[in-house]
Amino acid sequence: MDMNVKKKLGLKERYHLMTRDLAWDATYQKEEEIYPQLAYEGIKIHDWDKWEDPFRLTVDAYWKYQAEKERKLYAIIDAFAQNNGHLTVTDARYVNALKLWLNGITPLEYEAHKGYARLGREFKGVGASVACQMQSIDELRHAQTQIHAMSNYNRFYNGLDDWHHKADRMWYYSVPKSFFEDALSAGPFEFITAISFSFEYVLTNLLFVPFVSGAAYNGDMAAMTFGFSAQSDESRHMTLGLEVIKFMLEQDPQNVPIVQGWIDKWCWRGVRLLTLVGMMQDYMLPKRVMSWKEAWEIYFEGNGMALFNDLARYGIKVPECVEQVRKEKEHITHQAWLTFNSANFLTNFHTWIPSKEELDWLDAKYPDTFPKYYRPRFEYFQKLEDEGKPFFTAGLPRVCQLCQIPVFYTEPDDPTQLAYEEGTYMGEKFQFCSTFCHKIFDNEPEKFVQSWIPPHQIFQGNCFPEGTNPTVEGFDPIRNVAAYYDIEWGRENGPFVGSEDQKNFAKWRDQTTKN
Amino acid sequence: MAVAAVSEYKFASRDSLDKFHGNQLLFVGWDKHLMFYGTAAFPLPPSMKFSDLFVGPLAQYYGAHPDFAKIDWSAVTWLSGNQPFKPDYDKSLAENGIGHKDCLRFQTPGLDGLFGICF
Repeated sequence: MDMNVKKKLGLKERYHLMTRDLAWDATYQKEEEIYPQLAYEGIKIHDWDKWEDPFRLTVDAYWKYQAEKERKLYAIIDAFAQNNGHLTVTDARYVNALKLWLNGITPLEYEAHKGYARLGREFKGVGASVACQMQSIDELRHAQTQIHAMSNYNRFYNGLDDWHHKADRMWYYSVPKSFFEDALSAGPFEFITAISFSFEYVLTNLLFVPFVSGAAYNGDMAAMTFGFSAQSDESRHMTLGLEVIKFMLEQDPQNVPIVQGWIDKWCWRGVRLLTLVGMMQDYMLPKRVMSWKEAWEIYFEGNGMALFNDLARYGIKVPECVEQVRKEKEHITHQAWLTFNSANFLTNFHTWIPSKEELDWLDAKYPDTFPKYYRPRFEYFQKLEDEGKPFFTAGLPRVCQLCQIPVFYTEPDDPTQLAYEEGTYMGEKFQFCSTFCHKIFDNEPEKFVQSWIPPHQIFQGNCFPEGTNPTVEGFDPIRNVAAYYDIEWGRENGPFVGSEDQKNFAKWRDQTTKN
Repeated sequence: MAVAAVSEYKFASRDSLDKFHGNQLLFVGWDKHLMFYGTAAFPLPPSMKFSDLFVGPLAQYYGAHPDFAKIDWSAVTWLSGNQPFKPDYDKSLAENGIGHKDCLRFQTPGLDGLFGICF
């Protein structure tokens, strides 16, 4: 007997049928009113069905996988908490890396959740829409699990208790915050290029390696497990990043220069933001995984260049900034840590001068620059500290209007010359850290004249607790700014040496081994 | 170029002069001295005498450097907006043509910071 057996559908076909069947063509509403944000950026999409679903997860499968990961993650976090896991980390200095992360990066996960939720609504293609909705849930989950993984430390250490308050006020958080708000306030195609491609695809390893491998190296089981739990999501996000770029480039040749502009902009913005992460990697992890320079060479100059070679067939070029980053990789983390160390009266984490062994490690990792340009500075500051006269910069610095980082960067070809770059818009002058930030400003000046530059806000009187009168005699602006940031003076800020964190950690660890 | 936007996109500058309570923003950098976290920013009255910068804001910001006390202000050269600039020390900032958010740099020949690396 002949059997008429229907061929079983593969996963790809099944997923395609399922998602595409979710959609319909509107008949009594205009398309541009249903999708009001699709056209104005100039990106032309002729056929949303050409979208290749990069990960074919159905909602029930997604729920099942994520639930399984959550169970494992929370079991480990619980065990970590119950066993006083915080005392197994290499050194209490490590916790300061967590403070920087929780305040600077975790809020970005939450912002990403909002951004992808918007894209899930605004994209016309169902494949793209479903992918963004799932990523939106991922990002929300990452924010939550990071907060939970680090909450255990909040019971024992200072500076972790009110990251949501600080994220909107504290000077250096304006760097990650403005980065993400720039993306969120852009159109849907720029947002997805910025976050899915430039950040998640090109730069994500530079973010996750220092944090997650750093956690593993330093005995932080909770943060490490969060990292593993997020890793499979991250690989999905990377795949989405690449798919979205190829999709836009294949849809219309006119999309190429627009996308190139966004890649240039967001690679630079991303690298500037990673100054903070590179600093964490080189200075804040008691046991280091690799240097910022090594990470940049492996993940960007190696892997990233392979990616751009692949995109060359669409007419995409390597961002121009790469040459400057190649030069700056020798310098920026040292310049950043020197800055934070001389501004630690106004941070919610502690800083320290690297030990002799750590300076030796930096010498070995940066043989062409560290011994000559940076070691003498740390040794000078150490000497002042030993004499009881620790060095601080007594005032506020010039900040880049675009990336909002204090301009501690030097000229790419001259490490003894601070970078100066100035521009004008509507008769007003603006300061930048680099020609790249200047160029981004010039492309969208109406946007960046709104930048919330921390020193300028302090000078305008907007960063004191409500009801403060700065004209009274003896007014201490720094203490009042610290109060506005909600820095617990003398506990959260200042040098690590002599801090409550240092003393408590030593005492508690001692108690685990002796009577 | 302009921002791509769905509707008119116009916003006031967040740092316009009127927001600084009678002061103007001034940036002053000291070339070849990298001990500090970058160029100093100050809110200052436009009527301030130029030479009052030396003992006031500049001494506060840069005074911790061992070179600072050795500066001969009459030998200092200046840049404004990265171009050569000759201020009249006895005149005010405004009279010297220094406006809101201008950036000055001063150079102290013979004083090149510590350790031969302009620190």
